[in-house]
Amino acid sequence: MKTKMMWIAPLALAAGVAFAGDGDYADFKQMMDHSFKSKGIAEKHRLYQLDFQKECSGTEMPGKERMAQIEAAQLATVKYPSDGKYMGDWQAGEKVAISGKGLTWKDKADAVNGGGCYNCHELSHTEIAHGTIGPSLKDYGKLRGNSEDVLKYTWAKIYNAKAFNACSLMPRNGDSGLLTEKQIQDVMAFLLDPESPVNKKP
Amino acid sequence: MKKRLLSAVAAALALAATGAWADANQDSLDEYREMLADGNPSELWEMSGEELWTTARGPKNASLEKCDLGMGPGVVKGAYAQMPRYFKDTGKVQDLESRLMTCMDALQGIAPDNFIKGKWGQDEMEKMEQIVAYVVGQSNGAKVKVNMSHPEMKRMYQLGEEAFFYRAGPMDFSCATCHGDDGKRIRMQGLPNLTKHEGAAAGWTTWPAYRVSNGQFWTMQHRLNDCYRQQRFPEPIYGSEVTQALSVYMAAKANGAKMATPGIKR
Repeated sequence: MKTKMMWIAPLALAAGVAFAGDGDYADFKQMMDHSFKSKGIAEKHRLYQLDFQKECSGTEMPGKERMAQIEAAQLATVKYPSDGKYMGDWQAGEKVAISGKGLTWKDKADAVNGGGCYNCHELSHTEIAHGTIGPSLKDYGKLRGNSEDVLKYTWAKIYNAKAFNACSLMPRNGDSGLLTEKQIQDVMAFLLDPESPVNKKP
Repeated sequence: MKKRLLSAVAAALALAATGAWADANQDSLDEYREMLADGNPSELWEMSGEELWTTARGPKNASLEKCDLGMGPGVVKGAYAQMPRYFKDTGKVQDLESRLMTCMDALQGIAPDNFIKGKWGQDEMEKMEQIVAYVVGQSNGAKVKVNMSHPEMKRMYQLGEEAFFYRAGPMDFSCATCHGDDGKRIRMQGLPNLTKHEGAAAGWTTWPAYRVSNGQFWTMQHRLNDCYRQQRFPEPIYGSEVTQALSVYMAAKANGAKMATPGIKR
């Protein structure tokens, strides 16, 4: 959480964000403040919105220029692999893709989190229990190859999806601390390794 | 006898939930849902709840037969289909569970903290769940008819809509992340689009429900609580204003649909 935190009122109005019902913010803020309590690792400060979270909370998205500003700021959060290795072990990556664990009030701070990729994406050729909130990533590597550009883009997208779409529904897996560098390397291999079931039919 | 039959059904369903689920295609999912419709273990909760409604309990040793759910003291039939609603005596919009807390406090002397600080399925909360099952069962087949004319209902609807789209937390999720579009699913679980009548109706009319996967009966408060857990938010307080506001938002959108309560879910 490096980005600036703030409450909803002034900036959202200035940016012309369309909250439903041209809201009474004091009313709304008070409701939220009175309605939640800290539990486990899910502390109450999580209610406070990052600037882009607030701007992406309306029924309308921010304008083009503002989107580009947010995306540039989010891209700057991306930490590329410290050892220069983009690809880990696809089998370990598959496990990360399957697990949706992490960051809820039932989870421990030191727990091994999952990426929850299958909640929203189709990935391997054989797993049919996949969600449809995000696009299909079947044959991801087969279709794109593994040029430096593809590696860098894919890493950044996993690390912080908001770098390419300010209001993306996808979490910032690296920036939020959900996944470790090693886990992202493994997910990268799951997506890009020619031997991974994402790219190879059984 | 009935109890034993129902638990056999529940056991079979639980098996189906783990076995048939993993490699199911859409056809077998539909079959599975049909199978679920044959028997609903919620009946166990309903029976206990009906008994609790008329049993004198609490420090004041009174029953809930004078509880006014909005259609007059003691009227249960069809009452849930018209909730949440504005109540003059409390000056608040209340959903069923908030209203039951008011009744239990006033009539029986059972304090709201039993629920606000309680645990799902335990002690007074277990009894709340049973009473909820009974009350919502008495609206099964009734049309959702939430009266939106009171200014407080309109205010709550707007607050509910704002809360629905409010993104926060480490995952940047809002309710709308999963429930803001048509035809989406998480894994194999279909997600109703709660911003439209059809989706809101599908959700609102089938909760509270028996959940096969864990053998529990979940009230709407419990359902909303788990949504927020999965959103990685802090915990919504039982009966809190945001839960009332979101319920008004959904129920108003579901107006006109037919209640199928209690529901049965995976």
